[in-house]
Amino acid sequence: MDKLLKVENLTTEFLTSEGLARAVDRFSFDIGHGETVGLVGESGCGKSVTALSIMRLVSDPPGRISGGSIFLEGKDLLSLTEKEMRKIRGNEIAIVFQEPLSSLNPVFTCGEQIREAIALHQKMGRKQSREKAVEMLRLVKIPDPGNRYFSYPHQMSGGMRQRVMIAMALSCQPKLLIADEPSTALDVSVQSQIMELLSDLRDAMSMSILLITHDLSVVAQMAERVIIMYAGTAVEEASVKEIFSDPGHPYTEGLLASIPRLNARVERLSVIPGNVPDPLNLPSGCRFSDRCPKREERCFAKEPPMFVAGKGHFVRCWLSEGQER
Amino acid sequence: MTRFVAERLLQSVILVLIVLTITFFLMHLSPGDPMSRYDDPNISPETVRLIREQLGLDKPVPEQYMRWMASFLRGDFGVSLRFNRPVSSLLAEAIPNTLRLTIAALTLYIVIGVILGLLSAVRRYSLFDRLSTIAALFVYSIPSFWLALMLILLFSLKFEILPSSHMQSMGVSGMGWLARFSDRIAHLVLPAFVLGVASAAGMARYMRGSMLDVLREDYIRTARAKGLSERSVFLKHAFRNAAIPIVTIIGLSLPFLLGGAVIIEKIFSWPGMGALMVDSIFARDYPVVLAVNFVVTVMVILGNLAADIGYALLDPRIASGRKAGK
Ligand SMILES: Nc1ncnc2c1ncn2[C@@H]1O[C@H](COP(=O)(O)OP(=O)(O)OP(=O)(O)O)[C@@H](O)[C@H]1O
Ligand SMILES: [Mg+2]
Repeated sequence: MDKLLKVENLTTEFLTSEGLARAVDRFSFDIGHGETVGLVGESGCGKSVTALSIMRLVSDPPGRISGGSIFLEGKDLLSLTEKEMRKIRGNEIAIVFQEPLSSLNPVFTCGEQIREAIALHQKMGRKQSREKAVEMLRLVKIPDPGNRYFSYPHQMSGGMRQRVMIAMALSCQPKLLIADEPSTALDVSVQSQIMELLSDLRDAMSMSILLITHDLSVVAQMAERVIIMYAGTAVEEASVKEIFSDPGHPYTEGLLASIPRLNARVERLSVIPGNVPDPLNLPSGCRFSDRCPKREERCFAKEPPMFVAGKGHFVRCWLSEGQER
Repeated sequence: MTRFVAERLLQSVILVLIVLTITFFLMHLSPGDPMSRYDDPNISPETVRLIREQLGLDKPVPEQYMRWMASFLRGDFGVSLRFNRPVSSLLAEAIPNTLRLTIAALTLYIVIGVILGLLSAVRRYSLFDRLSTIAALFVYSIPSFWLALMLILLFSLKFEILPSSHMQSMGVSGMGWLARFSDRIAHLVLPAFVLGVASAAGMARYMRGSMLDVLREDYIRTARAKGLSERSVFLKHAFRNAAIPIVTIIGLSLPFLLGGAVIIEKIFSWPGMGALMVDSIFARDYPVVLAVNFVVTVMVILGNLAADIGYALLDPRIASGRKAGK
């Protein structure tokens, strides 16, 4: 079956004072129709830049998509004109940002900000689009949506604002929703409500979701497949089940070890020592080699390709050497 | 909102009284007195003494102050010492003229400033942006009287296309209304331009900076992610936010405009309050100086109040804060 989204060798660079930084480096993945794919990695590994690249919203300057291609149902987004791309944004692909507090415009009512997207893409008049916006507010379980339509963002809590963002994103029934850490900035109790809401809405609307997070347990609840991202590219890709039962990459093992478990009262979470390398000076060979507990001589010599470790399971590590993807 | 306005008006009344009191005593402290123009061998000291008595100038300053304040509070500005006419009739002539000049300058400065600032922000670092930055700096730093003289030299004396003084030409009364109207506009062009252009340069810089700040905000990215055109992103989502601080800047610029009008009116022989003020200060025409001061203070206060109301209307975070709760 043809994929909804197919990203091939996506490369996005930023011009910084120290040089050209590759935030996303030949990153490839795909998402099927109705599928939820988790994109997991530590802070700074390029998750948000990937999301913005798919929307073609990387700020230029300093950023630029310098290579690769992005196909939405076979249509190459990188070859579209800006005008054609605007018909995709908010309509076929929508995004919920990481920062619900600052992502809404403070001088317009929440309802107006949803209505605007509906009027733009669905060619509806003012009254009709307003009714639809209220309906969207109801859909994301905002109490008293008829009145809340007229609330300004500052009159709402963080969780409510993120619901408004979700309502806005879903208002035109997108084929793909990119949820960039939709709950990270919120209180723990609100986080699970937001994730639950997303999960319900996905089932109701049969859309695909690219769920970005650095929390593997969130992925376990919602996604079917996981892509582990490290320093701008995929290091492992597998079904959720296999990621947990049979992780292939030492980095994935490290991430799994850092999930707090109820049954094992660990004093300190096992975290991978060190940080995501600066895209300006990646280690030679494998990009994880400087932090890897299992590194060998050959890891410094050459970057490993994606090896097949099972059906739909790929690992970028010499330890899994075998058939290349 | 009503309460806010009422509070501000009450504060303003107190402020006006303080300003007038300070002006009164400062004027009496400064050397010279209204009688110096009677320093004439043909007028006997006795006559001067009589006039002085008649005008109440022989009384101690505090008493003069009480008398003046008493009549001022009754709405009586007194009589001009120089023209021997009620101050109110002098003001009635001068205020509309000054308003015409400052409103023209204000409009010019906001329109030019906002448009240039927006264009600069949209085309940041373009040739246009660089040129307008240099031009703004240049205009901002040249003294307005020098600019006025240069423009008069160029447009009035060399090309003879714009008049350099007064509000209308002689013998204009015989012409049709259209001719009279365009004659008035022609007279307004140079003084309003000189008065407004420096502020326009400042405004363009503020507008540019304010827009660039706003364009970095997350909600601008959200607006783009919705698929809105750059036009909507700039003019709807960014401009509404960038305009909020600008409204305050406009309010703060009013004293400078009215102060600038003093010099500009003198240079262009514009019969407004500025010119009246300067001449009255030199003649120690106390009642006129105080009255003009009063009017200017009230204008500045009302302008600032209008700016604050505009601010609250543009920024929902403030408006609802005043509704207490919610
Ligand atoms: N506007 C920019 N200018 C320069 N570098 C940038 C810019 N935006 C992102 N980067 C760089 O790109 C890299 C990836 O950033 P990104 O925001 O995608 O990380 P992330 O995986 O989303 O992290 P987080 O979990 O903290 O959101 C970082 O090294 C960052 O410094
Ligand atoms: Mg991010």
